[in-house]
Amino acid sequence: MTRIALKRLVLGDKQADRVVPPSGFTAQLTIFAAAAMAFLAVFAMALSLASGRLAARWGDELARSSTIRIVAPLDQRPVQTEAALSILETTAGVAYARALDDAEQQALLAPWFGAELDLQALPVPQLIEVIEEDSGFDAAGLRLRLAAEVPGAVLDDHSRWRAPLVAAANRLRLLGWISAVLLGASVAVMVTLAANTALAANAQVIAVLRLVGATDRYIAQAFIRRFTLRAFGGAIIGTVLAMGTVSLLPKASDTAGFLTGLGFQGWHWFLPFLIPLLSAFVAFVATGTAANRALKRLA
Amino acid sequence: MLELENVAYSYGGGALLSEISLKLAPGSFHFLTGPSGAGKTTLLKLCYGALLPTSGDVTLFGDDVSRLERDDIALLRRRMGVVHQDCRFLDHLTVSENIALPLTVSGRPTSAGQDDLTELMAWVGLTHRAEAVPPELSGGERQRAALARAVIMSPDVVLADEPTGNVDWEMSQRLLRLLVELNKMGKTVLIATHDLSLIRAAKSQIQARVLRIANGRVQLAGADL
Repeated sequence: MTRIALKRLVLGDKQADRVVPPSGFTAQLTIFAAAAMAFLAVFAMALSLASGRLAARWGDELARSSTIRIVAPLDQRPVQTEAALSILETTAGVAYARALDDAEQQALLAPWFGAELDLQALPVPQLIEVIEEDSGFDAAGLRLRLAAEVPGAVLDDHSRWRAPLVAAANRLRLLGWISAVLLGASVAVMVTLAANTALAANAQVIAVLRLVGATDRYIAQAFIRRFTLRAFGGAIIGTVLAMGTVSLLPKASDTAGFLTGLGFQGWHWFLPFLIPLLSAFVAFVATGTAANRALKRLA
Repeated sequence: MLELENVAYSYGGGALLSEISLKLAPGSFHFLTGPSGAGKTTLLKLCYGALLPTSGDVTLFGDDVSRLERDDIALLRRRMGVVHQDCRFLDHLTVSENIALPLTVSGRPTSAGQDDLTELMAWVGLTHRAEAVPPELSGGERQRAALARAVIMSPDVVLADEPTGNVDWEMSQRLLRLLVELNKMGKTVLIATHDLSLIRAAKSQIQARVLRIANGRVQLAGADL
């Protein structure tokens, strides 16, 4: 698109805008549909970005921590715990390791057994939290050493359940983007249908315009500008409303669950403002294509 | 300026026009007559590029129409003024906006041609109807507005299809006077009409060539007119 065409599109021409009669209800429907699509697109984007953050967090945080369980008779447990900690101290890639105390273990089990749980009454294993360095450690080697020196130790590097969680979050992110693309395609379909209807309804107007020397480019431009501005205006309304709604969603917190933190964070708040521009671009292309086809048909 | 050479036009499998050769010299005045359905309107449409011939050549201002793109034909049409029998206005625009429509679509701001527009509205006697919308106009007013729209770009050629078809005798004489005036300004005029009295009235004022369409062919009409 040349700069002149873009300038014409943005600034318009008051006289040229008048040559095509206003379409009233169709115009309102187009604006409403564009607003609704933009509203949903903002949510799809928020979901996608939040899923991405979750996947990154789970992948990152869980990848750097492991747990060792000491499953041994009660009298051997302190000895085996000490032995495991000693091994961990000399294991390359382990940044930090510590045994959870009774209060922490009790807190972990509280949701299931209540706060008054007596740990001595249950065969609860001793847990050791292991924090890795960025380079990570050799899990297979550590398992072999533990098996040789601490028979009751079981190393869980979280990979077994971390991988499907990260995969699920990534799928959710992909789903969000697919939804956004489908919404964009829906805008294109909706604008194409509305433009085709408007062009068909204005066949007589087009004939008159041609009669007085209007080029097809001029006629198409009148429709393109109209639908592009409607899609843009509708999308702005939908985006602003959606962003207002997203800002009211619960914020992400460590104590809250999975459904918090679905909003935008940091510079991501600026991303939804691309939606009206994309919507206008989609409308521009869709109307241009529909207008060119219709004008050929009406020739 | 406008030339048809051995032009034929078929529609629905039947030949409507055949072996039409016609040349409109600058400043000439022509009538095209013949019974209803003879092909007068079709011939006019061929003249302004709204239809393309089945065979033969139509040359507008030196360009072969069949070799032009649609937009190129539209640009050539700005050098031609066309008056339709049914006028063809945009009903949502005012009369003055309709008359200025050729200026609008050619990208010329109406403000630049405001003096021409005012003068033209006075010339066709529609100054007082400038802000009316077309459905509010009488038949004669519509025809005069259509004529004003046809000439606002100061075209070289004016083509009129039954311009007096829906008006009374007095109004048809007024329209004829306007067309004769245009011709005296140097414009080429071609009027399709079946109104022989209009032709006789014109011939008393101006040297006009009368062409008759019969059986799909154009012949020079005799002195019986």
